[in-house]
Amino acid sequence: LCLWGHPYLNSIFLLFFFFFSLTPWVPVVGLEIHAQISSNSKLFSGSQVQFAAPPNSLVSFFDASLPGTLPVLNRRCVEAAVMTGLALNCSINKKSLFDRKHYFYADLPAGYQITQQRVPIAVNGSLSYSLCIDNKMSQMVTKTVRIKQIQLEQDSGKSLHDDVRSQTLVDLNRAGVGLMEVVMEPDMCCGEEAAAAVRELQLILQTLGSSQAVMAEGQLRVDANVSVHHPGEPYGVRTEVKNINSIRFLAKAVDYEIERQIEELESGGTILNETRAFDSKLGCTVPMRDKEGKQDYRFMPEPNLPPLILYNARSLPANMNHQQVVNIDWIHERLPDLPSVKRAKLVEQYGILPEHSFTLLNEAGLTEFFEDVIKQTQMKPKKVIGWILNDLLSYLKQHSLTVKESPVSSFLLADLLNRLEKKEISSTAAKQVFAELWKGEGKTPLEIVKEKKLQLIQDQEDLERICQAVIDGQENEVMAIKSGNRKVLNKLIGLVQRETQGRSNPVLVKQLLEKKLSE
Amino acid sequence: QRCLSLIKSTKFLNAYITVAEETALKQAEESEKRYKRGQPLGVLDGIPIAVKDNFNTAGIETTCASNMLKGYISPYNATVVQKLLDQGAVLLGKTNLDEFAMGSGSTDGVFGPVRNPWSYSRQYKEKSVPKSHSEDKDSNWVITGGSSGGSAAAVSSFTCFAALGSDTGGSTRNPAAHCGVVGLKPTYGLISRHGLIPLVNSMDVPGILTRCVDDAAVVLGSLAGHDPKDSTTIQDNFKPFELSDLTDVSKLSIGIPKEYHAPGLSSEILALWSKAADLFKNAGAKVIEVSLPHTRYSIVCYHVLCTAEVASNMARFDGLEYGHRSDMNKSTESMYAATRREGFNDVVRGRILSGNYFLLKQNYENYFIKAQKVRRLIANDFVKVFGSGVDILLTPTTLSDAIPYMEFIKEDNRTRSAQDDILTQAANMAGLPAINVPTALSERGLPVGLQFIGRSFQEKQLLTVAKWFEKQVKFPMIQLDEVKRHDHGVFQHQKSASFLEHRT
Repeated sequence: LCLWGHPYLNSIFLLFFFFFSLTPWVPVVGLEIHAQISSNSKLFSGSQVQFAAPPNSLVSFFDASLPGTLPVLNRRCVEAAVMTGLALNCSINKKSLFDRKHYFYADLPAGYQITQQRVPIAVNGSLSYSLCIDNKMSQMVTKTVRIKQIQLEQDSGKSLHDDVRSQTLVDLNRAGVGLMEVVMEPDMCCGEEAAAAVRELQLILQTLGSSQAVMAEGQLRVDANVSVHHPGEPYGVRTEVKNINSIRFLAKAVDYEIERQIEELESGGTILNETRAFDSKLGCTVPMRDKEGKQDYRFMPEPNLPPLILYNARSLPANMNHQQVVNIDWIHERLPDLPSVKRAKLVEQYGILPEHSFTLLNEAGLTEFFEDVIKQTQMKPKKVIGWILNDLLSYLKQHSLTVKESPVSSFLLADLLNRLEKKEISSTAAKQVFAELWKGEGKTPLEIVKEKKLQLIQDQEDLERICQAVIDGQENEVMAIKSGNRKVLNKLIGLVQRETQGRSNPVLVKQLLEKKLSE
Repeated sequence: QRCLSLIKSTKFLNAYITVAEETALKQAEESEKRYKRGQPLGVLDGIPIAVKDNFNTAGIETTCASNMLKGYISPYNATVVQKLLDQGAVLLGKTNLDEFAMGSGSTDGVFGPVRNPWSYSRQYKEKSVPKSHSEDKDSNWVITGGSSGGSAAAVSSFTCFAALGSDTGGSTRNPAAHCGVVGLKPTYGLISRHGLIPLVNSMDVPGILTRCVDDAAVVLGSLAGHDPKDSTTIQDNFKPFELSDLTDVSKLSIGIPKEYHAPGLSSEILALWSKAADLFKNAGAKVIEVSLPHTRYSIVCYHVLCTAEVASNMARFDGLEYGHRSDMNKSTESMYAATRREGFNDVVRGRILSGNYFLLKQNYENYFIKAQKVRRLIANDFVKVFGSGVDILLTPTTLSDAIPYMEFIKEDNRTRSAQDDILTQAANMAGLPAINVPTALSERGLPVGLQFIGRSFQEKQLLTVAKWFEKQVKFPMIQLDEVKRHDHGVFQHQKSASFLEHRT
């Protein structure tokens, strides 16, 4: 049973529920995720796959369902599905089948979608994802969701309803693009878990390259199945929430739906097995237009596609043309490091914290940037990571830039950090230099340091002289310090700093003052 | 040119929906030039052919004899059409059929029924009993059979040398038998279906209609082979073959399936079948009775599987992308409904409704799955028989000779199809090659053919045997006045087309 999975909040929520309800509710969340396959051409035809092309410019005869056209399976799509299945610990079905799923809609030219209903390409996998407790990155817990199956299927076209002119505009560019439908079992219990699971899946797909998985471009679409029940009782009626186009909205939609269902049931109502849409402006789920009630899709085997046979090293016949077959083992050998492996390696190699590795992987290009800086600096990774996550990343977020668009290159940052390491400048000064670098005016750290006179005084004698001068000029304070009031020392340090225009190393100044005062 | 004018004078046969006169003449001209240079594209260069109107032809209307596709001009050629054109063949036009190839009479298309050329032959006229003076002498014309009736009539009346049909339950062999021409159904997967507007994807094949077996072999050679655009074609290399003259049939084992003595089989055809068996026996072949026990289930099995696939295949006709679109525009759904009601005839609509019924979740197991299992049993019948040493099966093609149109339409399409498909249907279930060879004239002076069914992908053996049989029976040539008029001695002596000698 998942009672929100947070050890601390558990008790609080139980109290909450006892207060306001007789028995606690167990929310159950499953997901159906459609990921557009990253390929040059569509699943069954040779027309191109491209986002935001002029309407109906990427439509082959087959996509338009011209009579007499036949599907021809795209090898790259099969490989993408196998890769994804392997990355999700699935069993790859060496024989899978294609079926037709029939319904009438303007964006479905053939009147049916080719999918894999009877025997999909991959089954029975799992996905591990991490959640942070209390919204603090410091405590992370790992969860697993079972993957029921992955199936290959066609995407539909797009239809735009123009109610003003009473017309529907149909764009078939997307019709026939390859999709992997990933079905996650209802092992999740809240919006946060759903969001984290999808985020991890997104990273995996992007690492594999099997899908670019950009939700904003419709390459990753999530439908959530939500229900609630009392512990020990059978699962409740579930609703399906569609039209969720960001991970943030996914969490909101799921949580809203859970709450809605609980409220409905507690006030004596019932939950309808319906499809709902998420209205992001209102932050709630609303019933979708009831299209045709319960649909009977009249599934039928796709007669124009023979069963899809995959091979591994053992089953591959000797004289088979390698161009003609997909070899599961061959693909397995070439899988890149998955995010979980990459994170573990980062932690091990650089001694950074696990939550740091999550942030690094979460931002496109950030890991590479981090590693580039490491290569070019003597500063320890444990210190570099602070600059990457606290300074670089926060600036990027503030200005809504990607790592690629950063005005500060890894070279410049490394240069800056080196000077800090060599104690040429103080850490406060370094932050100032960073801010200057951010302006992207092409100046180097050295130039900025010189320009703003930020270099730390390196001459010890010089510093001693100044310290002595300050001591000499502050008799009262010196007496106070000598009689035990250590805090006054800070004032002296401040005075030295002022005297040196901030160019003295406060640690060194403190040491010198203390030495002199104890003489 | 002769063919084109013959088409015009035989217009009453209604064999052609579209005659592509201009392009045909141009193609013929190009062909002439190539021959003058001594560079013909291939064996079929310059040969006039006709194509059933359910094959896509770029730039030439493809209607499937339906209101749904009236005026539809496809942007691409079916693979088989392209192959013929690449060989230099001259495409005369598109032939008539039952709407969407659903039927066994070529009577249910929107362009009207096709008339069997033999209705106007001297042989038939001599034998037919005049009913009364006042009766139109035209009224007892006989049907071509279907659904590739237009193609069969076109070949039979000498307007072309070869024609493409399609065969799903017998649609090439049936009209071939009634029109006295050779009708070949190749093994499923041998010839590409890309561009053939499907009836039943798992049973359809392009069919070949010619006046002699040799011609069929030549056309087969040009068409067979893997097509990457059709994933159901086999990958193995196909080598075109020349038919040798079989002299010794003693090594052959001919099977006579007893279940093909079907109810309703005319005594005439039964006798002819028997005679044919004796022919083989007397020539030294081994002729044995065999059993295909599940034959009697093939019609109901076919009905379920065919209507299910039809319901699916016809779902694309919604008026949105191409074809007929209704003026009804209150909503997408109403537009779909009106378009489909206006575009399809009763036969098509009936099959769609049946098919959708069988595909409903609650019926799927009992009907569709069951039918698939029965189909496997039917196919296994053949496997067993061929496995026991039989090389070729010999059966009748039709239950009787062609019946008059007025009689044919007394029963509905479904009833007729069920009756007429019984002898040809099982070969489609099993994907086997089969061929109709015109055998003799019936008492009414109309053609009767017999069918040979062979092993998968053994077209060479099948055609070799068929050719031998053809030679033995010496089926007479049709005596059509129109043909005689256009013939300058060319057609008379050549029942077949020696492709190298005849050009438009």
